[in-house]
Amino acid sequence: MRSMVRTAWLVTRKDLLVEWRSRVALNQVLPFAAIVMVIFAFALDRFPGVPNPEEGSTGSLLETVAPGLVWLATLFSLLLLVQRTFAVEREDGALDALRAAGVDAAAVFWGKTIALALQLAVLEVLLLGTAVILYAVELRWSGAVLLVTTWLTATLGLAAVGTLYGGLAAGARGRETLLPLLLLPVVAPVLIGATRAVEAALGTGGTAIADGWPWVGVVAVFAVAFGAGGTLAFGPLIDE
Amino acid sequence: MASHPATTTTSATATGGAPPATSAGTATRATRLLGALTLVGVAWLLLFGLVLSPADVNQGESVRILYVHVPSAWLAYLAFVVTAVASAMYLFSKRHSLGWDRLAGASAEAGVLFMAITIGVGALWGRLTWGVFWEWDARLTTTAFLLVTYVGYLAVRRLGGTQHQRAKRSSILALLAVLEIPLVHWSVKLWRSLHQEATVLRPDGDVKMDGLMLFTLFVGIVAFTLMYVWLVIHRQRTLAAEDLLEDVGLDLAIDARRAERVAEVG
Repeated sequence: MRSMVRTAWLVTRKDLLVEWRSRVALNQVLPFAAIVMVIFAFALDRFPGVPNPEEGSTGSLLETVAPGLVWLATLFSLLLLVQRTFAVEREDGALDALRAAGVDAAAVFWGKTIALALQLAVLEVLLLGTAVILYAVELRWSGAVLLVTTWLTATLGLAAVGTLYGGLAAGARGRETLLPLLLLPVVAPVLIGATRAVEAALGTGGTAIADGWPWVGVVAVFAVAFGAGGTLAFGPLIDE
Repeated sequence: MASHPATTTTSATATGGAPPATSAGTATRATRLLGALTLVGVAWLLLFGLVLSPADVNQGESVRILYVHVPSAWLAYLAFVVTAVASAMYLFSKRHSLGWDRLAGASAEAGVLFMAITIGVGALWGRLTWGVFWEWDARLTTTAFLLVTYVGYLAVRRLGGTQHQRAKRSSILALLAVLEIPLVHWSVKLWRSLHQEATVLRPDGDVKMDGLMLFTLFVGIVAFTLMYVWLVIHRQRTLAAEDLLEDVGLDLAIDARRAERVAEVG
């Protein structure tokens, strides 16, 4: 168990180091996510949003749907990050070499998941900041606990399922087009749950904070299910 | 991974009896009989569904769509259950027989076909009865996700690699789908339950059925089930033939290469 944690940490550190030196996420994925947030505005910034009874004002439609848009931009970026992390592994057969060296597949799975989760977590904070600036979203202190819990749970769930399906598609021809087809239906529960929870945390359309917690439950069940699924299935999937 | 005469014979045991080696097609006497029964069943369904059964009091003639919609939905679900079970059998049985994998693949193909029919005719029925093609009802949404998931599964089956790679990869994916589908259904249900304003007529909610209608539906289910079994047996045999062709093709290539080598040396 101890050695597994240590191996996972080494894999995480390796992935983060590769990212730090290549800066693909920073120079390509982050600007992509930002431009997605901008083009959402082209499509949606025309009609008023749902009136907020607490503030008595009607914001823009963008403000109303901002939680969903932040998670959508996250999902699109997730696809790119997963492609990237497995493209690195595939070059020179790095993943096969890891397995041939007797490294536990579950440790590789968790190492890659944590590395992906850390990158996603930073990206999500920046996306929420973009929503504050571009969509006039207002954060509130009372929703902070809900917001942070959702952020951590959803990120872990997305990273786990991304790593699992990324591993499945890694060795295959046509993987670039296959991954979205496989991944997007699977992450639907996260999109639904995390969006509702963030709406509650931000008080979008007068939603109460208490309404958000059941949705965090949905996201947590998802994270646990795919964390367990990945631990078991990742090894057989990449051993080919 | 070259030739697998053993696995090709075990494949046949999964569906009972292989076609004779001399036959050009994938039919046997049993499947011909099954095909004939399917045709009779479909003719029977046409007779009862279009002629003998009455129009519905509320839905009018559009109720006849349900005689296709309900049986194909039932078969799609059955097909996906068969895929999951066959995938588990491949993964967890000691022999890892490719027959189970081909059964899973054949059943998933039939499932996708029936699910597409379900959604297609369901949308037509919805337009006539509800006034819209689509409602964001939990069951409808889950069904759409199910279709996309298994389209993805079929894409993964075509990724290439050896036959056992294909089998392992796709059976793991089929089992992950068993994990995914209840989660999707549960979250979509919660999603809809908090949007009460969109509550609509359920696909088969308070439809009171008279005896003849129920019987017609029953005929439909029997006819479609026969069709499913017939399709899966044939598809499973063509898949076995494809695998065999791959094995034999490789053997022929190796033989040709060896012959070249002998010619070079000699």
